[in-house]
Amino acid sequence: MSKKMLVLGEVRDGELRNVSFETIAAAKKISGGGEVVAVLIGEQVQSLGEEMIHYGADRVVTVEHPHLKHYTPDGFGQAFMAVYEDESPEGIVFGHTAMGKDLSPKVASKLGAGLISDVTKIEGEGDDAEFVRPIYSGKAFEKVEIKEGLLFISIRPNNIEPLAHDASRSGDVASKSVEITNLRSIIKDVVRKSTEGVDLSEAKVIVAGGRGVKGPEGFEPLKELANLLGGAVGASRGACDADYCDYSLQIGQTGKVVTPDLYIAAGISGAIQHVAGMSNSKVIVAINKDPEANIFKIADYGIVGDLFEILPIMIEEVKKIKVN
Amino acid sequence: MNIYALVKRTFDTEEKISISNGAIAEDGAEFIINPYDEYAVEEAIQLRDEHGGEVTVLSIGNEDSEKQLRTALAMGADKAVLINIEDDIDDIDEYTSAKVIADYLKDKKADLILAGNVAIDGGSGQVGPRVAELLGINYVTTITKLTVDGTNVTVVRDVEGDSETIETSLPLLVTAQQGLNEPRYPSLPGIMKAKKKPLEEVEFDDLDLEEDDVEAKTETKEVFLPPAKSAGRVLEGEPADQAAELVKLLHSEAKVI
Repeated sequence: MSKKMLVLGEVRDGELRNVSFETIAAAKKISGGGEVVAVLIGEQVQSLGEEMIHYGADRVVTVEHPHLKHYTPDGFGQAFMAVYEDESPEGIVFGHTAMGKDLSPKVASKLGAGLISDVTKIEGEGDDAEFVRPIYSGKAFEKVEIKEGLLFISIRPNNIEPLAHDASRSGDVASKSVEITNLRSIIKDVVRKSTEGVDLSEAKVIVAGGRGVKGPEGFEPLKELANLLGGAVGASRGACDADYCDYSLQIGQTGKVVTPDLYIAAGISGAIQHVAGMSNSKVIVAINKDPEANIFKIADYGIVGDLFEILPIMIEEVKKIKVN
Repeated sequence: MNIYALVKRTFDTEEKISISNGAIAEDGAEFIINPYDEYAVEEAIQLRDEHGGEVTVLSIGNEDSEKQLRTALAMGADKAVLINIEDDIDDIDEYTSAKVIADYLKDKKADLILAGNVAIDGGSGQVGPRVAELLGINYVTTITKLTVDGTNVTVVRDVEGDSETIETSLPLLVTAQQGLNEPRYPSLPGIMKAKKKPLEEVEFDDLDLEEDDVEAKTETKEVFLPPAKSAGRVLEGEPADQAAELVKLLHSEAKVI
């Protein structure tokens, strides 16, 4: 049986985040040939609708309102529920991002529905689809299904491949007017701390530092390498506890769980709680002075050495590759 | 202020995970208060000390969770409630937990409910927002700062590294992110006092719910470990050569840069 699916795209700084296209790919796989309708919510999002079509959505519905400039669970909840009621889908896919994590349980609760959060893999298609998600921060996995009713999942960014961009696809981009009222949270201020706009959870490359960076200024070569590779900087709990960096950079069982294509661990020993947050990265590089460090046990490539000696040379070598 | 903190018993973060008979093996494992819930308990205690009132810590599970509730009492919470539904409900998912907790809280007139933003075992982060929605109150997740002035509340929220300042009001549910505070260790006098503090046990029959109302919506079919990762290649030679070699391998062999 084919399923009609609703996906929620996500806009940041006026652009669609990659996870938006991943939700379309996930929905297609689950839909068994059913229609995939994308929802975009914000102050001005209409012009982004076409891009969702190019990535495989059949139709797009946008909800624009001045009160939707910033995400709030009340505002976005009202907008999404209005589209939900029009469309009556059989399944929903959100990204498991700050917004998706915050909004999906509210929507699931309103609908009296189950919700499978943080899905990293969809096995099978259509009615046979099963959902794999990490538990214990990736120390184990579970395969989960919805017993009955609405099929609602959120997917972890950077795990489900988007469909190929096809500029020749066309579809309807409709706008729906929704009254947004009674917002109980008011956003007064947003302070950007993320480096170069690359978010840890979506970064393809992460350069992470531990106690071995020795101080806040020790992160400089890590930042330079990360920027060069279009990636983000992360940290171990040791580095955060020592005040070398902000807790928002922490990767591990407490902190963020990440799965980039390339994870470079510099001066990180590899405590079990850190490894839980990054061991599912596709390629892991360890740079550590201590040849016995745990991190080497899970690294694809290791260098026993001083990160302050190794990283600057790596930076120069990467620059050479970029030039060629 | 009437403050509730939601607490979950979880595996210690230092524990290795193994599987026996298709489930996570619990034999011999150390259990702790979910680290994010510790921030919630600490914040609750600090708010009570500043504004007066009472802190109740609440957990859902079986009698094993008494230990974590006693720890929270030793930190400084005033009362504990254990909702023990082990004998009545077989399968529990986030839908079930939220229904049970919200039903218990519905007539408790909580001003503020604090929880961890995620539990380090299940890791879905659903129960907090679900409880708020069921109670019809506002919520803010992943907070790193909380200031209460009368019924006005100012919250700083971590949004993937950025921080948002949010104004809202009580009643409210918040979920704690790392950086909110430094949870205290229970003191020896605190541990002694905790033994005498009230710990109420509530059973499913005490709630206004039927078993059908809380039946899990999701089902775990299989639990498995990730494939063991074998150690890779440790490079050799002069540091400069190693670094150059590494970049070359990442470019041409692993194809990630």
